[in-house]
Amino acid sequence: MTHQSPRDQQRAAADMIIELANSELKAKDRLAIPQQDMPAQNPNVRNGNMSEVTYGYFEEQARLEALRCLQCKNAPCIKGCPVEIDIPRFVRKISEGDYAGSLNVIKEASLLPSICGRVCPQENQCQERCLVGKSLKDKFKAVSIGRLERFVADWDAGMKGLSDLASEDARGNPLPPSATAGAMSAATRSVPPVKGETGRKVAVIGSGPASITVAADVRREGHTVTIFEAFHKPGGVLVYGIPEFRLPKSIVQDELETLVRMGVEIKTNYLVGRTRKLTDFLDKDGFDAIFIGTGAGLPRFMHIEGENLIGVFSANEFLTRSNLMKAYDRERAATPIFQPRRVAVFGGGNVAMDAARSALRIGAEEVNVVYRRTRVEMPARAEEVDHAEEEGITFHFLRSPKRILGDDRERVTAIETLDYELGEPDESGRRRPVPIEGSESTMEVDTVIVSIGNDSNPLLTRTTPALKTNRWGNIVADENGKTSLDRVFAGGDIVLGAATVILAMGEGRKAAASINRLLA
Amino acid sequence: MHTILSRTQLSDNVVRLRVAASLIAEARSPGQFVIVQVDTDFGERVPLTIANANSSEGWVELIFQTVGATTLRLAEYSQGEALPALLGPLGQPTHVENFGRAVCVGGGIGVAPMYPIAQALKAAGNHLSVIIGARNRELILLKEEMADMADDLIVVTDDGSYGRKALVTEPLRELCESDSPPDIVVAIGPPVMMKFAAETTRPYGVHTVVSLNSIMVDGTGMCGGCRVTVGEETKFVCVEGPEFDGHAVDFDNMIKRLQAYKPQEDRARSQCMIDIRAKELTK
Repeated sequence: MTHQSPRDQQRAAADMIIELANSELKAKDRLAIPQQDMPAQNPNVRNGNMSEVTYGYFEEQARLEALRCLQCKNAPCIKGCPVEIDIPRFVRKISEGDYAGSLNVIKEASLLPSICGRVCPQENQCQERCLVGKSLKDKFKAVSIGRLERFVADWDAGMKGLSDLASEDARGNPLPPSATAGAMSAATRSVPPVKGETGRKVAVIGSGPASITVAADVRREGHTVTIFEAFHKPGGVLVYGIPEFRLPKSIVQDELETLVRMGVEIKTNYLVGRTRKLTDFLDKDGFDAIFIGTGAGLPRFMHIEGENLIGVFSANEFLTRSNLMKAYDRERAATPIFQPRRVAVFGGGNVAMDAARSALRIGAEEVNVVYRRTRVEMPARAEEVDHAEEEGITFHFLRSPKRILGDDRERVTAIETLDYELGEPDESGRRRPVPIEGSESTMEVDTVIVSIGNDSNPLLTRTTPALKTNRWGNIVADENGKTSLDRVFAGGDIVLGAATVILAMGEGRKAAASINRLLA
Repeated sequence: MHTILSRTQLSDNVVRLRVAASLIAEARSPGQFVIVQVDTDFGERVPLTIANANSSEGWVELIFQTVGATTLRLAEYSQGEALPALLGPLGQPTHVENFGRAVCVGGGIGVAPMYPIAQALKAAGNHLSVIIGARNRELILLKEEMADMADDLIVVTDDGSYGRKALVTEPLRELCESDSPPDIVVAIGPPVMMKFAAETTRPYGVHTVVSLNSIMVDGTGMCGGCRVTVGEETKFVCVEGPEFDGHAVDFDNMIKRLQAYKPQEDRARSQCMIDIRAKELTK
């Protein structure tokens, strides 16, 4: 795929907008409008920097993309959205140039559009059901709802789409607006109104997407909210997991800043279950309700030979070092990161893509993703897989590691893999990979990143025996987020197992509503 | 705020900080540790064991050796200053009961985390023998405190400048061979010392607990960087440890894993020493 310059994309969109002006658009005309690609940094430049990969739409592109929407009466897209954003309405407002109005529509249902617009797997949610995609017989040709959501959120954060593509890096390559805007915008953004103080106290454990949502929704009702975060920085997976190049930290910072300006207190370096027992919050510290949003945080390993060799990392470790501890910034960060040369990443999810692309950015010469099914079954967002490929990452499908080989210093030297073929569908509906006997091959690598998912962290549940968990260690909560413990609610990955930001947010919304009902 | 209440230089490169931390002091048990940061923007997270604590006065004591950039910076803190980040208590507490005869083996800086464990074993009614090992007289830690508490105290040094000229494994073997052998041994110190302490007790079948100090990032079970092989299984030191059955730990793998970031650590350490020296010169 050739890289089209952002300016060319903008010009083409502007020309077409003029062409379409003053004409009554029929469905056929809308379907004929070409889908707008989101301008991105040149792959050969961005694989050497940590700045955001994509620039976001130019205003002209957003208007044009919004015109592709057929404004279906039954709006199938809404049913595909975990928080049921009124998609046709927010998209129409973009086509009319009413970006503030558009954002308000989104905010009725979703609290974090700048984040969800970037990280939601839209092609499996709203966009999968889009009639435009269905008419064009390609779900990837659906209206780019996620990009439009991001556009209005960025517009609100002061990036104004791409209207000022002014900043450049040292080599004259344009930098994404998020590299320079963002952090400054929180102060100018309006703070959601907070009702009069009720004096009721709510503890929110963890500070990822579910917790951010709960904190905002509960605080709005005038309750006192304290967030407890184990790390030294709040944000959860948005900060330690998802890399800067996919979700700029200034955006997460903005959301947290908004919470603080609403009056939410954030306590870092506080591990509930260890620093203080959960039950002490209710029995001794006077909290009226608790929300647990501690996420899924126990990295899974494959239990194959050589997994504890030097050079084998969980994706969590590799990404935490790189993101949260900023190890990519070698000049300033005290936390070291292993210098990879030839890398194998095991897994096919978003985290695997993040790890692979991070390894490339800190100087790996060769990065291989080893996945036991095919591209179609990969759980990663299609856009991330495309981006990874453009950046020079090699994919090995239908292949799975058998063992990791090391030298006498216990350092990784190679992996031995086995080839697979797809058999009958399994309980997930995906065709089960079956190993092909005798198909072993080896690949020389010095770094292995294991990214096959997370189990729930047992720390809080183990120190709170009364809290009911299922056999995977996830907290059991009903449809209102209520747990087996009175006045204790839970949501996000600690309940769902590893899921998505938007699902965590949706769960948070429900739990917050329950808490607000309880305290009303 | 985690204010430094007092700072004591215990030897050339060993420092004791008493830090205000009321919640940690209240919640902690022997065997647990904390994570310290000297800079929350770019600093690393370093696990340090809790050497002592007082819940009514709300402080914990950290005793550490200046081995890397962060501990060097930590040693620069003086009374009245505050640590930017302190998380804990982390890890599983030591399993304490009246085993009968308990032997605590502390090597070098390992004597510091051993102190609260020895205290607890004594309080549970065990007959307590303590073996302290150090390279030389200068580096012997907490001798008076241990002497006050233990039923027997044996001090050994590598160079014979104090006590017996021996490694800790010699008196440990003698105790195992004596008429009243230990019912439990707890060994904390450099990995090599723990490995050989476990090898020493193995033939006698004495249960031997070791406390591992592997490399960690978060300390809460999230990164898996601290994992060790124990028996056939992979264990996370931060949440399932730090204490394990010394006879089941794969020390060779653990010791090599500790070297994973050696070049980066050495570079950071020398840069840090230059920075500290430069700061002193400009004073």
